[in-house]
Amino acid sequence: MLIINNLKASIGGKSILKGISLHVKPGEIHAIMGPNGSGKSTLAAVLAGREFVEITEGTVTYLGKNLLDMTPEDRAKEGIFLGFQYPIEIPGVSMVNFMKTAVNEHRKHKGLDPLSASDFLKLMRDKKELVEIDSKLANRSVNEGFSGGEKKKNEIFQMAMLEPRLAILDETDSGLDIDALRIVANGVNKLKRPDNSFIVITHYQRLLDYIVPDVVHVLYDGRIVKTAGKELALELEEKGYDWIKKEIENNVTA
Amino acid sequence: MEKDQDQILSDVTTGEYKYGFYSDIEMDRIPKGLSEDVVRMISAKKNEPEWLLEFRLKSYRHWLTMKMPAWPNLKIPKINYQEIIFYAAPKERKKINNVEDIDPELKKTFDKLGIPLQEQKHLAGVAVDAVIDSVSIKTTFKETLAEMGIIFCSFSDAVKEYPDLVKRYMGSVVPYTDNFFATLNSAVFSDGSFCYIPKGVRCPMELSTYFRINSANTGQFERTLLIADEESYVSYLEGCTAPSRDENQLHAAIVEIVAEKNAEVKYSTVQNWYPGDKEGKGGVFNFVTKRGMCKGENSKISWTQIETGSAITWKYPSCILRGDNSTGEFYSVAVTNNHQQADTGTKMTHIGKNTKSTIVSKGISAGHGQNSYRGLVKVLKNATNARNYSQCDSLLLGDKCGAHTFPYLEVDNQTAIVEHEATTSKIGEDQIFYCNQRGISTEDAIGLIVNGYAREVINKLPMEFAVEAQKLLQISLEGSVG
Repeated sequence: MLIINNLKASIGGKSILKGISLHVKPGEIHAIMGPNGSGKSTLAAVLAGREFVEITEGTVTYLGKNLLDMTPEDRAKEGIFLGFQYPIEIPGVSMVNFMKTAVNEHRKHKGLDPLSASDFLKLMRDKKELVEIDSKLANRSVNEGFSGGEKKKNEIFQMAMLEPRLAILDETDSGLDIDALRIVANGVNKLKRPDNSFIVITHYQRLLDYIVPDVVHVLYDGRIVKTAGKELALELEEKGYDWIKKEIENNVTA
Repeated sequence: MEKDQDQILSDVTTGEYKYGFYSDIEMDRIPKGLSEDVVRMISAKKNEPEWLLEFRLKSYRHWLTMKMPAWPNLKIPKINYQEIIFYAAPKERKKINNVEDIDPELKKTFDKLGIPLQEQKHLAGVAVDAVIDSVSIKTTFKETLAEMGIIFCSFSDAVKEYPDLVKRYMGSVVPYTDNFFATLNSAVFSDGSFCYIPKGVRCPMELSTYFRINSANTGQFERTLLIADEESYVSYLEGCTAPSRDENQLHAAIVEIVAEKNAEVKYSTVQNWYPGDKEGKGGVFNFVTKRGMCKGENSKISWTQIETGSAITWKYPSCILRGDNSTGEFYSVAVTNNHQQADTGTKMTHIGKNTKSTIVSKGISAGHGQNSYRGLVKVLKNATNARNYSQCDSLLLGDKCGAHTFPYLEVDNQTAIVEHEATTSKIGEDQIFYCNQRGISTEDAIGLIVNGYAREVINKLPMEFAVEAQKLLQISLEGSVG
């Protein structure tokens, strides 16, 4: 699905990612954990195609194609979805209109006709139920005046609508209460299929109580310093990131 | 991916004008230039009665004493009035009674513009008074409307058939001395539309006029007079497109509306005249005086405008709220792209008691466009409990354009409540990226965001027009035109 090889990237001349390699197979859920400033969100930005990140070295192959050559909208239409850490407000643009445009662009890309208004509304209804979001959200402008939790739920709803092959959730759990967290996690679990994959970026372990990852990576100072199974998350929760820091420093001095 | 944001913005904001074509139709013109003789000639060409010629001459003589206003926030090149042809009419072969008799070239032009001149399309509910250059070619649905006592015809026909109504109302809202361009119009106006809705009648269809400037170097001086008698209702649409021209074309129209007791008038405009090329060469000068008088109690006049065209727009659709409890509304979206300039807004004059006015103005600037809102809210001494709400928003695309707001408030009554809100925003890179990430291209994202921004105003338009307006907004800001 996704192969990242020795990826290095900088923002405004400052080196942020210092050689990341990652292999995500279909059906897998990868968790990327790490302290603040370790480069988690930058990695998500690179995968989605944000222009302010400059790629200095390395390759990213997605479904056999060079991802770094693709425009952000083509990546989206090829099935990459980014759940934003801070979803953007677009005043005056209704969720219905926004989603209809997005869904039909995806369909056009696949050579399908646009959905009729009634089919589209039915799809919205079904997906709203699936991710348990409030019906009223869909009648409002995109994220405008939404609470933090509503914005995050709205990201999951959009993910359900667009059915991505690879979903990257950038700290979707931050700022959520326990109920919202459960809804977000349930959304992911319901959408999980053998042929799609998730990269869940999170600071805390608690989301992983609900979403069980196949692989957990720890990102520290622009590098993946530890990769293991789901038990790594628990270990981190117990020992904190200092444990990792110390271990690395020991390795350096050793 | 490699394309940087500025490049994309510049691509989508330098769209070519979609309606740039020129129809080859035989025209009846008078020599260029302006003089008392020219005024007399226009009047004679139109077989006008003596009183109308007098009105024109009086206006012309007054115009000679006036100077072009200098207060708008516009750069207007000097206009040489002796280089303009003040009257041009398609040569009439005979009186036209049905669609087949219309000059095929002219028909093609209408088809290109998408004007539904075919009878069957009219059954969709739009009655069209098509104005090409200076003379009304055909007024449809006249008979249907006549049965209800509604008069909808060309201004010239109204002069002949309903001289009393014309005499009574013409100049009652916009006097011939009003302003430089209104006075000029009063002297040389060629034709326009006339509409009268009798007492208690609700006009069952949207009335519509399509204006178009075609012949080279002809000024267009339309005059519209719309009278809604007591307890009546009418919704009136005006749409404009003009072909590509190298020299600037002057358009100085007058629209006068009178709403009697309990009457309601909705006047909607979608204006898409040639804005000039990307360097700002050519394009229409649109200097229009539009004003409505809420004459009777509980009357209401509502202006909605989508302004995407013209090189220079100078336009302030206004309401005089004379009747007690009367209401005036102004909803506007004005787009300036490339080198377009717009100085537009409204005047709300509160005279009667409990009068209400609402102003919602949305400016969109792109390219090197300059967009100014200029509005006056005036509450006179006796206008007890007058209420105004004004909202002026500006949206900027790119960093070479400008938005300006000039609100004027003159309040002479302590009980008045006047509110003004203004915002300026930019389409953010973050917003565009968010759309991109959902599979929406940058062009479509801008279209979506701009239409979202203008939605409050577009929603005020009649359904059919709203769809057209949305497209127009997108087209006027996009690079690739379908």
